Amino acid sequence: MKIIVAIKQVPERDAQVRIDSSGKWIEESDVQYAMNESDAYALEEALQLREKHSGEVVVVSAGPERVGTTIREALAKGADRAIHIDCNDLNQRDALGVARLIADAIREESADLVLTGLQSDDLGYGQTGVILAALLGVPHATLILHVEKTDAGLKVKRELEAGWFQEIELPTPAALTIQSGGNKLRYATLMGIKKAKTKEMRVVTAAALDAAPVAVLDGIALPKKQRSTQIIPGDAKQAAATLVEKLKFEVRVI
Amino acid sequence: MSGIFVVLEEREGRVSRISWEALAAGQLLATQSGEPLTAIVMGASTQQLANEAAAKSVSKVIRVEHPLLARYTSDGYTVALQQMIQKLAPPQVVVFPHTYQVRDFAPALAARMNEVLISDVVAIDNGPVFTRQLLQGRLAGNYRHQGSGPCFISVQAGAFRVEEPGTTSNAAEIAAFTPNIQPAQIRTKPGEPFRGSAQTVDLGSAPLIVSVGRGIKEADNLPIVQELAAALGAELAASRPICDNGWLPMERQVGSSGQTVSPKLYLAVGISGAIQHLVGMKGSQCIVAINKDPDAPIFEVADYGIVGDLFEVVPALTEAVKAAK
Repeated sequence: MKIIVAIKQVPERDAQVRIDSSGKWIEESDVQYAMNESDAYALEEALQLREKHSGEVVVVSAGPERVGTTIREALAKGADRAIHIDCNDLNQRDALGVARLIADAIREESADLVLTGLQSDDLGYGQTGVILAALLGVPHATLILHVEKTDAGLKVKRELEAGWFQEIELPTPAALTIQSGGNKLRYATLMGIKKAKTKEMRVVTAAALDAAPVAVLDGIALPKKQRSTQIIPGDAKQAAATLVEKLKFEVRVI
Repeated sequence: MSGIFVVLEEREGRVSRISWEALAAGQLLATQSGEPLTAIVMGASTQQLANEAAAKSVSKVIRVEHPLLARYTSDGYTVALQQMIQKLAPPQVVVFPHTYQVRDFAPALAARMNEVLISDVVAIDNGPVFTRQLLQGRLAGNYRHQGSGPCFISVQAGAFRVEEPGTTSNAAEIAAFTPNIQPAQIRTKPGEPFRGSAQTVDLGSAPLIVSVGRGIKEADNLPIVQELAAALGAELAASRPICDNGWLPMERQVGSSGQTVSPKLYLAVGISGAIQHLVGMKGSQCIVAINKDPDAPIFEVADYGIVGDLFEVVPALTEAVKAAK
C-alpha cells in the first residue's frame, strides 16, 4: 500500500502572536513551529497501516525552507521519503490554491491512499483533503478515526457530531482526512532521527501564483470580545478568595 | 448571478437548529444586497422540510429530491447541488451551516466550480466581508470573495441569532428540482450512525461543571481538578485533547464532537478555548477561566478570569471553596 500523508507546519499552539506590519499575517520571527496536530495523527495512521500491510509512506509538505524541520520529524517517526513543495507565499493562496500545489506534486505518485489532518491549527480552513480528493478524482471520507483495509478497498470509522459515529466503505485509491485521537502518537527514536538524515527529501518549486485567489484574506485583527471579562487580580490565594466571593454572592453557586 | 441560497440540513426529520442560524445569515446577506432569499432542502422525501422552510421569511423554497439522496453521501450531495446551481440562475452567495456534513462535501462542490468555501464564518459585514477565526480563535481574519462564480460560505454554530419566526401571512412558493444522479456516481457506502459508548454521564443537565484542558499537562495531575469539582459539587468535564489521550473517558468531552452544555457555572481550567470547545460551552450562564496565557481565547467568552498558574490557583481555590461552605 502506497500512502501519501500531507502535513503542514503551523505555529506552536501556545505561541504568542503579534500582527505584522502588513496587517495580513503574524510576525513570523516571533514564533516556533510544529507539526499540525491532526496531521500527526494522519501520519500515525499511515505508519500503522504500513506496519500491517507493508508498502511505503511518503510525506508531502508545502511551505518555506523552515518546513524542512517538520518533514525531518515525520521521516524520523518512520516515513520513507518526502516531497517538499518550496513555497514562500502559502498564506496568500486559498484552500483551492494549496490543494492544487499538493495535487500537482503527488499526482504521478499514483498512491493508493492520501491522508491528511482534518484541519490546520493556523488557518483552519478544513478543506485541503476534500479538495485534493476532487482534484485527484478519487472518493473521500472526512473526520476519520480508524482505517481498515478490506478486499474491496477500505472500511473507515467516521466521527459524527455529539458522540455519534458511522462506518463508511469506499474503494481505493481514496483520500481521507484524519481526526485526532484515533491512535496514540509515537515519538521519534534516536535511531529514527539518525536514519531520517539519509532519507530522500525531494524539493519541488511551487508554481507561481497564476490566478488570483478566490477567497482573499484582507486583514487580521484581534477577535471581538463576546463577554466583558473581569480579570481577578492578586496572587493565587487572593484571587481564589475573591473568586469564591463572586461565586457565592453574585453567581450564587456556593 | 442573483439571489442568496441557504442550504438547510435535516436532523431527525426536521430542519436542524444550526440551519436556521444559517438562514439568519442568509437573511442578513439578502438585506445587505437587496437580493431574494431561497431556502434549499435536500433528500429523498422533502415535503415536510420544505413546509417548515416555507413558513419562514424566504422568497422561495427549492426541494432537491432524488431517491439516491435518501442517505447523505458527499458524491450525491455534490452532484445534486452542482446541477441545481448551474441549471437555475446561479446565486451570488450559497450559505451552509458549518456542520460535519457540510465540511465533508462543500469544499468539493466549490472546487468543482473553481470556487472556495469560506468556512466557519462568525460575522458578516457590508461588502460583504466575512470574518472567520484564525489560530484557534486567537485572531480574526476578514475575507472577501473575488471569484467569478457563486461565493460559498459556511457559518459557525451560535454565531448568528435566529429571530423569532415572524408570522408570514402566506407561505413561500415551493419548487422542485430533480437532479440526474446515477448510482455509479456515488462511490462511498455509508453505514447507519451509531453511538460510541454507553452514555452514563449527562453533562447537559449538570448545574455546575469544572472542565480541564491541556494545561493540566499530565494525567497524574488530574486529582487537583477532581478535588475542586468535588468541593464545588460539580461534574468533571474536559476538552478534546484530554479525552484523546485517554485521561478521561470520551463521554466527559465538551465541544463540537462531544456534549453541548449550558450550566449555571462553567469553570475552565487550563483550556485555551479553541472554537471546537467554545461551541460546546459558550451558552453557559457564568464562565470562569483559569489560564496562564492572558491572550487565550477562553477569556473572550469568560465572565471572570484568573491569569495564573493553575497548579497554584486550583488548590487555593479548592481550599477557599471548602472554607466558604
